[in-house]
Amino acid sequence: MEKVIYVDNAATTSVSQSVINAMLPCYTEFYGNPSSVYSVGLEAEKLINEARNLVAQAIDCEPNEVFFTSGGSESDNWAIKGIAKRMLAKGKNHIITTAVEHHAVLHSCQALEREGFNVTYLPVDEYGMISAKQVEDAITEKTSLVTVMYANNEIGTIMPIAEIGEVCRKKGVVFHTDAVQAVGHIHVSFKKDNIDMLSLSAHKFNGPKGVGCLIVKKGVLPNILIDGGAQERGRRAGTENVAGIVGLGVAITEAVKEIDEETKKLTVLRDKLIENITKLPYTRLNGHPTKRLPGNVNISIQGIEGEALLLSLDHVGICASSGSACTSGSLDPSHVLLAIGLPHEIAHGSLRISLGNNNTMEDVDTILKELPIIVERLRAMSPVWEDMMKNNK
Amino acid sequence: MYSEKVMDHFTNPRNVGELADANAIGEVGNAKCGDIMKMYFKIDKNVIVDVKFKTFGCGAAVATSSMATELIKGKTIEEALKLTNKAVVEALDGLPPVKVHCSVLAEQAVKATIADYYTRQGIDPEPIVGKIEEHCHGDECGCSTH
Repeated sequence: MEKVIYVDNAATTSVSQSVINAMLPCYTEFYGNPSSVYSVGLEAEKLINEARNLVAQAIDCEPNEVFFTSGGSESDNWAIKGIAKRMLAKGKNHIITTAVEHHAVLHSCQALEREGFNVTYLPVDEYGMISAKQVEDAITEKTSLVTVMYANNEIGTIMPIAEIGEVCRKKGVVFHTDAVQAVGHIHVSFKKDNIDMLSLSAHKFNGPKGVGCLIVKKGVLPNILIDGGAQERGRRAGTENVAGIVGLGVAITEAVKEIDEETKKLTVLRDKLIENITKLPYTRLNGHPTKRLPGNVNISIQGIEGEALLLSLDHVGICASSGSACTSGSLDPSHVLLAIGLPHEIAHGSLRISLGNNNTMEDVDTILKELPIIVERLRAMSPVWEDMMKNNK
Repeated sequence: MYSEKVMDHFTNPRNVGELADANAIGEVGNAKCGDIMKMYFKIDKNVIVDVKFKTFGCGAAVATSSMATELIKGKTIEEALKLTNKAVVEALDGLPPVKVHCSVLAEQAVKATIADYYTRQGIDPEPIVGKIEEHCHGDECGCSTH
């Protein structure tokens, strides 16, 4: 196979060399347990605290509000289950979220529902957006938590987080945001966005996999999810993933520094892809046209099925993603695409291209050259397309 | 995830297209579930002399349709009716468990097409072909509700 064009950066990213360089000594020199008293351990502890400071600077929070975790899913589970259970003691058993959250959030909420909590799943508009007004109207005196993603992983829509945060603060409800897709790609301020808890994950911004953070505002106390030792100030047990944490610190610093430059570059690539792919007949852009992540392209291509499209793209060296059932491991297409109102048959044929800082205009041109050929081939063998064309005549 | 044979039949599907002089056409599945298979047979003196298919679906759906058409081309109706989804899966060197339903759909597509052949001649196909499972995954719309 020729050169691989990787355009699935919303799934994960490559680890940058400077991140690897910072991580390696953690395995060889600073391998001590950070909880130990001897110098090899103290060095490791020092490195963790440096990383904590870097995270705090990168997203505008206090270092003691940063708690390292195993990644986005753990952070979401901890935040949601932790606050729901803590606030139950005060008679609050209601949680508000949206229909388009990541499964780490949705399934955490569903798990709580099975335990007797009430959950409101706010519907989204055609762009996958909710409003602060919707949140305000849904809050009752029983509401303990509002959890709304910062930016959508599938369709890239950026939610009005600061406004939602303001509503929650006014109403005295804890506000959590899954910012896994946003951090390192658009400007996020824990303080200015009125956020109480924020999940982030290193591997989405050229850091290593298996490490992330839950940022928790001082005074907000989700129940502990991982019981054990006194790591992370007694709130998240387990010997720290020192190399991962150090890598996260370097990666988030680099990513945040490059946001403006990356946005400028990726927006041009993104818009060229959107403009040209939607020129194909029977296609539509999913997600908000402007309030979207700079690297996200999500387009439905009618008459074809997503997995067949991905396999064909892979055959010519292009790695992308889809919202089809076949790629999700279930028989249903993406809940996000259904939530924005797409019928099942159209949701099955969606393509997500998520650009990263390694992508070039040349990559975009190759995709634009190969994609129409593949679409034509798959449509030619599709009985759905045949019917569409017949009904059109 | 897929065997080389599945990928081969996906990338270079055999017998893909339409058959202008088909005397039997069958379609199973629905777009809501993400899989539709349509087969065209030309049957002459009880033998399936030519066959084409069109499929909307994943890689496994395309590959199982392709393999099923290959396995029945030139066979008698009786032989074609004996084609099982298991035989299609084996001929493809296996399928991931979540994709086995695609092979069931391919078996059903063959049966539906033969049923159409009998229907066109005013013969009730059900005693010969059996009941055709119209839906791709067995339940109402075929789509899981988890």
